[in-house]
Amino acid sequence: MPDIQFHFTEEQRQFRDMLRRFMAAASPTSEVRRLMDTEPGFDPAVWRRMADELGLAGLMIPERYGGSGFGLVELGLAMEEMGRVLLCAPYLASAVLAANALCRIGSEAQKQRWLPGIASGETLATLAFAEPGSEPGVEPIAMQAAAMDGGHSLTGCKDCVVDGCNAHLLLVAARVEGRDGLAGLSLFAVAGDAPGVSRRRLQVLDPTRQLARLDFEGVPAELLGGLGEAGPALAETLDIGAIALANEMAGGAQRLLEDTLEYIKLRMQFGRAVASFQAIKHRCAELLLQVELIKSAAYHAAQVADANPEALAYEASLAKAAASEAYLHAAIEAIQLHGGIGFTWDQDTQLWYKRAKSSEVLLGDPAWHRERMIQCLEGRESTSAPTGALA
Amino acid sequence: MSASAEAAVRDEVRAWLNDHWDPNAGLVEWRTKLVESGWGAPDWPTEWHGRGLSAELTRVVEREFARIGAVGVATGGIRLLAAATLLEHGSEAQKAQFLRRILTGEDVWCQLFSEPGSGSDLAGALTRAEFDGQRWTVNGQKVWTTSAHHADWGLLLARTDWDAPKHQGLSYFVIDMRQPGVEVQPLKQMNGYASFNQVFFNDAEVKAEHLVGKLGQGWTVAMTTLAHERRRADGLRSGRADVASEARQRGTIHEEEAQETATVMAPYKWYPQRAGRVDLALPNALASGRIGNPALRQELARLLILSSSAEWTARRARAAQQHGQPQGPEGSLGKLAASHVARLAARVHTMIAGADALLAGEDGPENGLIAEILLSVPAVSIAGGTDEIQRNIIAERVLGMPKEPRFDQGPFRDVATNASRD
Repeated sequence: MPDIQFHFTEEQRQFRDMLRRFMAAASPTSEVRRLMDTEPGFDPAVWRRMADELGLAGLMIPERYGGSGFGLVELGLAMEEMGRVLLCAPYLASAVLAANALCRIGSEAQKQRWLPGIASGETLATLAFAEPGSEPGVEPIAMQAAAMDGGHSLTGCKDCVVDGCNAHLLLVAARVEGRDGLAGLSLFAVAGDAPGVSRRRLQVLDPTRQLARLDFEGVPAELLGGLGEAGPALAETLDIGAIALANEMAGGAQRLLEDTLEYIKLRMQFGRAVASFQAIKHRCAELLLQVELIKSAAYHAAQVADANPEALAYEASLAKAAASEAYLHAAIEAIQLHGGIGFTWDQDTQLWYKRAKSSEVLLGDPAWHRERMIQCLEGRESTSAPTGALA
Repeated sequence: MSASAEAAVRDEVRAWLNDHWDPNAGLVEWRTKLVESGWGAPDWPTEWHGRGLSAELTRVVEREFARIGAVGVATGGIRLLAAATLLEHGSEAQKAQFLRRILTGEDVWCQLFSEPGSGSDLAGALTRAEFDGQRWTVNGQKVWTTSAHHADWGLLLARTDWDAPKHQGLSYFVIDMRQPGVEVQPLKQMNGYASFNQVFFNDAEVKAEHLVGKLGQGWTVAMTTLAHERRRADGLRSGRADVASEARQRGTIHEEEAQETATVMAPYKWYPQRAGRVDLALPNALASGRIGNPALRQELARLLILSSSAEWTARRARAAQQHGQPQGPEGSLGKLAASHVARLAARVHTMIAGADALLAGEDGPENGLIAEILLSVPAVSIAGGTDEIQRNIIAERVLGMPKEPRFDQGPFRDVATNASRD
């Protein structure tokens, strides 16, 4: 097992610097505000450049399928920089969740068919697993896939599918044999515009992240990999997603701290800068500690995912639980420290607050992840089940 | 560090140890040899018992000592803080008088900085030293003094000018602790131990030549001592143990050394408990069956998240230093994190113990260990710089936030303090 590194390499730091410059130019808050009112919710030209110039769409996809073959450490860096600027893009859906699911579950032919398109950014893909009212994770998945003409068809509803209306390719998790838990889960591919799929853009709390409800009515679907064998790989995919998201949250929290400091150093009250009051300084010091702690957790989880996959579930839950609480806390503090203006629409802090709130809940809320950490420590068989959902 | 320099040092120290190491030598006798050869403090200057080696090469020497279990120079207590301060600010006569006996362990030292009226505000010291043309006379009180009851010498911060601003009116002395004007009393803490002392000075004397640095520059000298203390504390907190003997060796010298260590360490048996003993949380939760409590599961996970993240943050800071980035105020972040960890750990231990958390001593869980944790953790957020001071340091030095307005910058005589000075 390779050693866990606590320092980014020179190449990784250069990669970060390059991304930071790109993101700062591509995603000022004026752009974020413009895009969040548009139908796709992102700028296809920026997405194109992210894929073509920076190779970001295929960052974790192996080179033989047209990607760059990097690990989660590099992906984490990219997510952190995107989180800083609240980038509006189908990145988590396509380059993280769908790409990882396909890499882990698809047959060789299926990978050759779809991964190059995802890596080039041409194909937008997403992973549809959650269902209305379902608990986090993959165990609660109930959608049934019926046998049809030697293949399968899907009927049912998938909820809160990230970029579900934008995706050309839907990867849909469903059951074929009615069994609970991880066993009996399969993954299917469906074209986004296939007949029988109705997609509805959901009204969202965080307009920088597009969510959709997908209804399937007897939709023919192509099985990916082996029947009933997708469960563990799906759980791993969500863990990768949780770690990526934790890194994105670390970037957002850091930005909130920086912007808040800049404001309160200039803002005068009672004849002094607000930042000169000890009551304020102490809270900012605690905030810095929180931000550094979640960076450590997010970086460590990314390292472990690349070096020691057996610890993936525990590390992912640790990082996601830590980042969820700290990011939201940072956003709450940032608004409070801004005072009245922080509660206005025109002030940008609210945009990060909304992203913090959506990130807190997406891919499992912190209480669920904490419970899962303890289950991992107890050595239970399941790698991603909350209480009550165990087989 | 070149591999050849490393090999040369390794060969040289190995040969020297081969010729001289004797596990049945007397402790002072052996350490005297170390002092004379320079192998006892290889990073010290050659003119003062050292060899002027870099930190890396010093580690090479330490590893050679550890390899064969050879005893090193005395390091217990605040000896090395005293030595570092004297090396930087002491007169030649002071270095000649004190350094050798610090390394041999013949003298015990203590640090006389904190006072009942000035803890966080160390520079507000009220202990006074007055010069009569021949010697200094000291009056006042110090507190939280480790090892004062068996110290031979003390590092004393005292006020010598009441008309100067507070930081400029302090001077730094070496005081003889074994004289009638110095009275030492144990200070009992809320956890029942007495690990520290109060020290009372009633016309205690300090020789004129025992002023360290210049008159009125005591604060600068004290900063040197505190910087070394902080570095050591950061090192200990982040788990960087000193190079330890790989095997306990036979020989009378080891018994003598163990006795010396035991004397120094006895009052600090509770120190691991003050950090919260996170290591006990999961095993105790599993063994007691309380792991089934959903509220405990949540708090336990929070504790593991916090303590792991704090450890990884310390390792990131250390890695950054190893990659040539300057040491920043990460120590303050680490110390603040340690306070959060300790408090949360105490909460988790209480949930695990249930009603047994009411009990202490032999009646308490784990023979009183849990009670000791619960009664010791309040020390962490105070000792070695309170959380409030750490937050100030982080806010001002890392985040660049402005300082608070101050009310203590005129002549010290006019500054509000906790005691009458007349």
